[in-house]
Amino acid sequence: MGLEITTTKLEDLANWGRKFSFFTYPFITACCGMEFMSVAAPKYDLARFGAEFPRFSPRQSDLMMVVGTITEKQGPALKRVYDQLAEPAFVIAFGVCASTGGFYQNYSVVPGIDQIIPVDVYIPGCPPRPEQVLDGIMLLQKKVAEGRTHHQVRGRREALEKREQQNEGA
Amino acid sequence: MSQAVLDALTSKFGDAILSTQSKYQDESVTVAPAKLVEVCTFLKDDDKMAFDSPVFLTCTDHMGLPDEKHRFEVVVQLRSTTKKHRIRIKVPLEEGKLKVPTLSGLWVGFNWLERETYDMYGVEFEGHPDMRRIYMYDEFEGFPLRKDFPKDRRFPLARREWTDE
Repeated sequence: MGLEITTTKLEDLANWGRKFSFFTYPFITACCGMEFMSVAAPKYDLARFGAEFPRFSPRQSDLMMVVGTITEKQGPALKRVYDQLAEPAFVIAFGVCASTGGFYQNYSVVPGIDQIIPVDVYIPGCPPRPEQVLDGIMLLQKKVAEGRTHHQVRGRREALEKREQQNEGA
Repeated sequence: MSQAVLDALTSKFGDAILSTQSKYQDESVTVAPAKLVEVCTFLKDDDKMAFDSPVFLTCTDHMGLPDEKHRFEVVVQLRSTTKKHRIRIKVPLEEGKLKVPTLSGLWVGFNWLERETYDMYGVEFEGHPDMRRIYMYDEFEGFPLRKDFPKDRRFPLARREWTDE
């Protein structure tokens, strides 16, 4: 019997697991929500990507889908929900309103939620087709597997800084 | 259709009625701000008028229009569900003195609409029980539906610090 050794980085293994088990927090404010329902329903079947289970508490989710227009008045609530997500947290801006403010160029609408929280994947469209959303999910899976989302990059940088500080202290 | 209402108002109030318009069966009357409550009390309480339904209350900004004599005009639409007639009341305002007596004492439904008009145009309603913003937050400055409000002016409540990751 030959000696078989499988080696991988622990981080890569964890990311492989994460990409197939997104727990979605749907932050739904507007008409894009219809498309989100369509994506989550059996016809387009988000379950094929392991993200079928929307949790309505941010503490039980790691993927925040911001679906619809975010007004300035909602900004603090959005920030607060994002801060409560389980780490590492990922964010998808669903539709043009969440991505850029869309056609609401006025006093009351945030010009893109990336003014308030970091966004990993932008899905354009008004509203986007379910196929576009699935494409966005696949892009996010790729990004998570490669460890390139905002939260993962920040985590690595902070770990690096911590180690440097420890080395200086030693 | 509502010509009878216009005739009754002009004969009863005379000088307080600045003008009347009747177009496409859509009757409107321009009233001086000082007499507004008196005219509206008559419209509500008189048996032949019986305006029991407050439809809307808002404001228009005439900045830059060729017929701009008064910049702001408060517009009130009333309807009678028993007499089946309706009327629109316009109240021209001088700039610098954006004050109108409140109608929320006559029709309670105008309470929030007057707050909205204050929120968006800065018209104050004297005697209103709770004259403060209704949609926008307290940190918001200015009145966003005025024509001279810049479209890119915002008062953010939350912004993140940008880092180039």
